[in-house]
Amino acid sequence: MSNISEIQTIEHDVIVIGAGGAGLRAAIECSKQGLNTGLVCKSLLGKAHTVMAEGGMAAALGNVDPRDNWKVHFRDTMRGGKFLNSWRMAELHARHAPDRVRELEQWGAVFDRTEEGKIRQRNFGGHRYPRLAHVGDRTGLELIRSLQDYGIHQGIHVHMECTVLNLLLDGDRIAGAFAYWREKGRFVIFKAKAVIMATGGAGKAWRITSNSWEYTGDGYAMAYDAGAELVHMEFTQFHPTGMIWPPSVRGILVTEGVRGDGGVLLNKDGKRFMFDYIPERFAPETADTEEEGNRWLAGDKDARRPPELLTRDVVARAITREVKEDRGSPHGGAFLDIASRVPEEAIKKQLPSMYHQFKELAEVDITKQPMEVGPTLHYCMGGIAVDADSQQTRVPGLFACGEAAGRMHGANRLGGNSLSDLIVFGWLSGLGAAEYIKSLSSKPEINPSQVEEARSEAVAPLNRESGENPYLLHEELQTIMNDNVNIVRTKEELETAIEQLEELKKKMQTVKADGASQYNPGWHEALSLHSLITSAEMVTRAALMREESRGAHTRIDFEGEREEWEKVEVIVRKGESGMEVIKQDRPAPPKELADIAYATLEELEGTNG
Amino acid sequence: MAQATNVGGHQSGLAATLRKDNWWFEAAWTGIGFLIFAIYTTWAALQGDHYWHGSYLSPFYSPVFFTDPSAAGAAPEAHAWFGLFPDSLKAIWPSFIPLSPAILILIGPLSFRMTCYYYRKFYYRSYFMTPPACAVGGRPQKYKGETAILVFQNIHRYTLYIALTYIVILYYDAIISFSRDGELGIGVGSVILLINPTLLAFYTCGCHAFRHLVGGQLDCFSCSDSAKSRYGIWQKVSNLNSRHMLWAWVSMIWVGLTDLYVRLVSMGVITDLNTWGS
Amino acid sequence: MAERTIRIWRGDENGGEFVDYQVEVDEGMVVLDVIHKIQAKDANDLAVRWNCKAGKCGSCSMEINGRPKLSCMTRMNEYEPDELITVQPVKTFPIIKDLVTDVSWNYEQNKRIKPLLPKADAAGKDFIMMQEDVDRVQEFRKCIECYLCQNVCHVLRDQDKKGEFVGPRFMIRLAGLEMHPVDAADRIPQIRDEFGSGMCNITRCCTDVCPESIGLTDNAIIPIKERVVDRYYDPVAWIIRKMSGADEKREAEEKAADAKQAELQKTV
Repeated sequence: MSNISEIQTIEHDVIVIGAGGAGLRAAIECSKQGLNTGLVCKSLLGKAHTVMAEGGMAAALGNVDPRDNWKVHFRDTMRGGKFLNSWRMAELHARHAPDRVRELEQWGAVFDRTEEGKIRQRNFGGHRYPRLAHVGDRTGLELIRSLQDYGIHQGIHVHMECTVLNLLLDGDRIAGAFAYWREKGRFVIFKAKAVIMATGGAGKAWRITSNSWEYTGDGYAMAYDAGAELVHMEFTQFHPTGMIWPPSVRGILVTEGVRGDGGVLLNKDGKRFMFDYIPERFAPETADTEEEGNRWLAGDKDARRPPELLTRDVVARAITREVKEDRGSPHGGAFLDIASRVPEEAIKKQLPSMYHQFKELAEVDITKQPMEVGPTLHYCMGGIAVDADSQQTRVPGLFACGEAAGRMHGANRLGGNSLSDLIVFGWLSGLGAAEYIKSLSSKPEINPSQVEEARSEAVAPLNRESGENPYLLHEELQTIMNDNVNIVRTKEELETAIEQLEELKKKMQTVKADGASQYNPGWHEALSLHSLITSAEMVTRAALMREESRGAHTRIDFEGEREEWEKVEVIVRKGESGMEVIKQDRPAPPKELADIAYATLEELEGTNG
Repeated sequence: MAQATNVGGHQSGLAATLRKDNWWFEAAWTGIGFLIFAIYTTWAALQGDHYWHGSYLSPFYSPVFFTDPSAAGAAPEAHAWFGLFPDSLKAIWPSFIPLSPAILILIGPLSFRMTCYYYRKFYYRSYFMTPPACAVGGRPQKYKGETAILVFQNIHRYTLYIALTYIVILYYDAIISFSRDGELGIGVGSVILLINPTLLAFYTCGCHAFRHLVGGQLDCFSCSDSAKSRYGIWQKVSNLNSRHMLWAWVSMIWVGLTDLYVRLVSMGVITDLNTWGS
Repeated sequence: MAERTIRIWRGDENGGEFVDYQVEVDEGMVVLDVIHKIQAKDANDLAVRWNCKAGKCGSCSMEINGRPKLSCMTRMNEYEPDELITVQPVKTFPIIKDLVTDVSWNYEQNKRIKPLLPKADAAGKDFIMMQEDVDRVQEFRKCIECYLCQNVCHVLRDQDKKGEFVGPRFMIRLAGLEMHPVDAADRIPQIRDEFGSGMCNITRCCTDVCPESIGLTDNAIIPIKERVVDRYYDPVAWIIRKMSGADEKREAEEKAADAKQAELQKTV
């Protein structure tokens, strides 16, 4: 395959990269807008990481507590994100989530029901009211299956097990993408006027993570290489409750729904330690006695929520601290106990997959024993910087949505806001792409030399006589990130990480893949190293720059939130001589939104509209 | 057993598998178990005698349409619905089959069992070997499933009606077994006879066709008052249905044992403990 | 820690062979962990499909000692310490490479199924459905599409009737739609004539292998067969339908629902 004209070429108006919730929703919208739409995914359709989402999707439907409305949801989101969120995105998200959830039901999703037969909603950390539309603890599966079953009838062209390696540009605007089929190892050129990145995050750069193998930061790296900016990369969310034992399952998620349904965190002395970790900002809205927490759980609307449901950053840090001070569980975590608080049948009904997961993988019966849990890397709040309304990056024709995009969640994402993020911004990016394509006056052209360069880079690992083992390089990366860029960070550790990443980049130049190109995971691993290491470097450099502790980013050498850092955001982009990391001023918030975010709850209740 | 190895390391052909457990065990015990029952039932039905004792009637012979009181242990004329075997029936009765009232009625319960969704599973596995066990090679054939000749399995709901009628009849038999020559009493046999239709009811009322008819055919359980009450019944039937296999076997074995008990008492091999003293 | 032997089928559509690997097995490991370990050390190019490694995505289906299983949920301590463990791809679908098969046939089947068609009075509005009305449907929606049921179903596996039967996975998809309280579409004729409800002889292997413990046979396939009986094989039900006009009512409902969808499309 020496001549690029021999490479298979497929033409669409728009291609969506990634077929999780965001990608599917974006593709559906593109198709509805009359675009010839291609959906390219690394795995089989319906297997994307969205299936692992458990607890639910946040939308102020007000079905369970009528006091809820978009403004309260918006306020919760901003406070959870420590006010770093894009004001406009948080607004769009809170306003549109209810309609997007209702639409899913029309498309076949079957949510759990209230007594009145409406979509049932559950409590979750950081959400003032029961807000998460859910299906037991498998909401992600319901979301992806509903979109999939609806989407396959919308005329979308689905390209499965196809990995995109590079974006192709015509000047500075999008012209398509370069990819390969896993099955045969053959290359393919997608010609497209617009590309929507729905590639998710980069959790696989860490060893202890709830993310699946696909989470290699492809979208971050491709957008970066194409000239887009990335924002908030320092904010990586550690979910407080991942499995920690046995070692082979370390990191697998234990849904926040366990706590939402009454589970409590205990240290080795059996103490509910979260009462000791209530931050000042949340003190007025958090129970300070076990008795009040129990009343809240029983449905007392005047009681305040128990501290186990504080935002994820707070809970994750609390567990880390307990372990550090020697009050952890035997395998270095905390006990999560629901067995002594909820009847056996109710646990099995509300948390079936958790029951199953512990029973099968850890031989623990959660209806009788406490679980052992600890923090696990779960989500990247940061991502590709996009325009809040159109989801377009600064590269014309390049759009991003879902976890791949940044700014929506600020410094910390609330549980349940990711699934609603997917469907709201998936939808908007589809509209944005359609708008952009309509405005194009000329068709972008593929640049053959860019394809040639991409191709020769891709085959290099297969052609080397000897070189580094890609799996071991990946493990090395995970060690660097787990040791140095974890929940609590210091300047020294971050600088060490940068040095080690530089070393690793050199080794990556000599990575070798055994065997042929046909369905060769070793080769795929080698090709994903670039994205993984680029993403890891972005996180590390951004974390080094932000000299404060806010949300999911904790620096022991710079404790507490600093006011000056609320006014700026850290931007990462490709410069002339490597990675550029800059501080950029944030625009002042629109007054009406600021009023909502800083209002008291009483002022907002019952004002949907 | 080993046949040509295909791509993927799989073998094809009857019983081909890499399973290491005793996968043949279930098919074997159910196959043999049912065979024993079938042989005994056929034998007992062909006897035409010793199905009656005092007030006890073997379920294999119930209801007795016609009787031949000349046979030992046969039902008295008063207990046959239509009295003695009519000559017209005797005339066409094949000479190689004994004149047994059971022949006339066993087809009823048998047709229910043979079209039952559980029995179908078991005999398709044990006898037809399509397949003998999961992930074990099936019998190579022109497979048509239940679309060609086996489409008759769809009469199951009608055989269900027959089976339900039998339960009523057998309860009637059980109740009258507590009365002998006008004297109320109780015996081991009457208790056995009472348990029999009860087990059959557990089996029959847990049947998939019954579950469908009482409520399963509805799309909405809450949309009307009648739907709500049908939902309640459906839930109970579903509970029975989840143990359909268990009830199928227990009730089948019990029917056989009931016949055996009546037969042995009637033959005088064992003595029935009862309040009548006979 | 114990060293043990794992036998894995390596090859592609042209053929291949079983290869033995020695691996150190740690506490709590599942079969997929062992495969990953072999992949990282001894066989970089060993092809295996997986995603979540938590039994939620249904990607890592394979046959372990002859039994169809999710390798991420099969713990090594299920086997005797000195037992040889043989791993091979699923049988029913064409091999791509090693443990990976081409399951695209399943995606084609799903496309043939008419999706949810909300009744005219429910379309575009919040559905009012009670929990007891959706319990049955939700059971089927637990399906993670691992296709173990498709693999083990002898109609597809031994008899290779892929043209005549959509397989258990799609029978439960159909059951979930047919039992949906607000669905107006009628799929019964297709279920009998095209999707092959009669091909299933209810030998229950699908139910046996389902990692989500879905009652495929009792709760989906048999109820669907019974609905087919209602329509085609029960003369009494036929007479009742004709006398009560139920057929016309059903057709009118579907037509109205189609019209409503068309109307909603226009307003978007």
